[in-house]
Amino acid sequence: MSTIQALQSNSKLITEKWLLLQASEEGDFADAQTEEQKAEAAELVTSLVKSLTENSIDDPDSDAFSKVKENVGILSLSRARQGYSPRETATFILRLKEAMLEVLSSEITDAKQLYADSLKISKILDNIMINSFESFIKGREDIIMRQTDEITEISTPVIRVWDGVLALPIIGTLDSSRTQVVMESLLQQIVESESSIAILDISGVPAVDTLVAQHLIKTVSATRLMGAECIISGIRPEIAQTIVHLGIDLSGIITKATLASALRTSFDMLRYDVVKKSERKLATGA
Amino acid sequence: MEKIPILKFGEFLLVTIQVDLYDQLAENLEADLINLVRKHHSRGVLIDISAVSIIDSFMGRILVNIAKMSKIMDAETVVTGMQPAVAITLIELGLHFEGVYNALNIEKGMELLRSKIYNLDEDHDIYSSE
Amino acid sequence: MTFTVQNREEIAVTIEKDAIFFRNAVKTYATKISMGLLYQTKIITAASEIVRNLLKYGGGGKAMIETVTDGRKVGIRLTFKDSGPGIPDLDKAMSDGFSTGKSLGLGLPGAKRLVDQFDIRSTVGVGTTVTLLKWK
Repeated sequence: MSTIQALQSNSKLITEKWLLLQASEEGDFADAQTEEQKAEAAELVTSLVKSLTENSIDDPDSDAFSKVKENVGILSLSRARQGYSPRETATFILRLKEAMLEVLSSEITDAKQLYADSLKISKILDNIMINSFESFIKGREDIIMRQTDEITEISTPVIRVWDGVLALPIIGTLDSSRTQVVMESLLQQIVESESSIAILDISGVPAVDTLVAQHLIKTVSATRLMGAECIISGIRPEIAQTIVHLGIDLSGIITKATLASALRTSFDMLRYDVVKKSERKLATGA
Repeated sequence: MEKIPILKFGEFLLVTIQVDLYDQLAENLEADLINLVRKHHSRGVLIDISAVSIIDSFMGRILVNIAKMSKIMDAETVVTGMQPAVAITLIELGLHFEGVYNALNIEKGMELLRSKIYNLDEDHDIYSSE
Repeated sequence: MTFTVQNREEIAVTIEKDAIFFRNAVKTYATKISMGLLYQTKIITAASEIVRNLLKYGGGGKAMIETVTDGRKVGIRLTFKDSGPGIPDLDKAMSDGFSTGKSLGLGLPGAKRLVDQFDIRSTVGVGTTVTLLKWK
């Protein structure tokens, strides 16, 4: 019997062995596996043995395996999202190899043929595993990227503190991609709310170096191009020290120590007076 | 030849650019505006670019030129409604808008022009929302 | 680094109005890969600078738009080719404020700041090729 025939006629056995090996790996009983997982495994084995031909068995990169690779890829991707470990994902395919080689060894009696074909099957499955691993990593990377996006979005809220005054507290390090997001959402909000003043509060920024300062200056310049003014508040003493020591020129920018004083400056610019009720009564003589 | 329409509005000239700018069109605008400033003795020029999605260094320079030329002829220039993406791109490009005043929209631009020309409140003019 | 090209289009740029057509074509490609508005604006502005050089100094040429991927990221790659006189001193042309024409001299260095990858090759008497790449 040829290797291909042996594997194709035993696909059911391979599936069973594979499931058993997986179960022992997980320290579980075979019946802990869901019907869905079993069906998945059966389908994978069937499509794998079906794609084995006289030509494809010698070429692990053959297009015949693209369907199998795709399915394994999808499976690995979903495992990555479900939080499976890399080890679990790798063993998943390793056990399939084990199952196939086991079946092969009981079907093929000629030692020479068994060795040669086992090698071929191994190569094919190794190839599939590399593929599966790539998909797994990609799944993880997608999650990281989505989380990065979420963090950037969460961390840049634009608050409307007064009619015509926006405040944007920046928390965390201000790198160039972050600045990009900050600038974009700030300017967008300026347009939408028709605000003429924006306060950028950097109390939550751990350090200001030349690069961060440059980003701040860019944000202020862009705000001015839109026709609004930008005040930078929350400058802690140590930040003021670094700025001067580094020789950064912020003279063209309105800077304030606290958000409160920035707000006061905004009222000034808008020509609002903040007056205590009792004092107002006195002033109007009521 | 394609031209951007310029409206006379009292002492002001009003331009709203509604088409995609290209170099020749921008150069024509510069020439036309300056001629009209002289013809009408205009005191202010307002250019609304809220519909313009791309401004590169050349078109940016035309805007700066208009402002500088008008200034020599005793007229102030306000550019209004610049889109956020355009503003950020211009900063990244390294273009400085010296001599050009900016405002969020046409309404605020008009106020700004008036305050510039009649020297209303010298301290707070740019930020005034009244 | 190798890129896979997913989509490609070549546009001849010989008159100023072609620049607008080209800008719109880039926009269509950028929208197709759902590139954000800011990045779209940046690459189109950069392209606008290069197209101007192509028309002014290169006597017109060809502009190619491609959607490329490195397997993880998707982006837009633009290639501009002219058969003009070429640029004798690239370093000088790439520095801020240098201009042989009456422009601000922000064209090439400015365009470089707006994209993720910038490549310029020029041979005097043969022509200039500029490549811009912006990831989504």
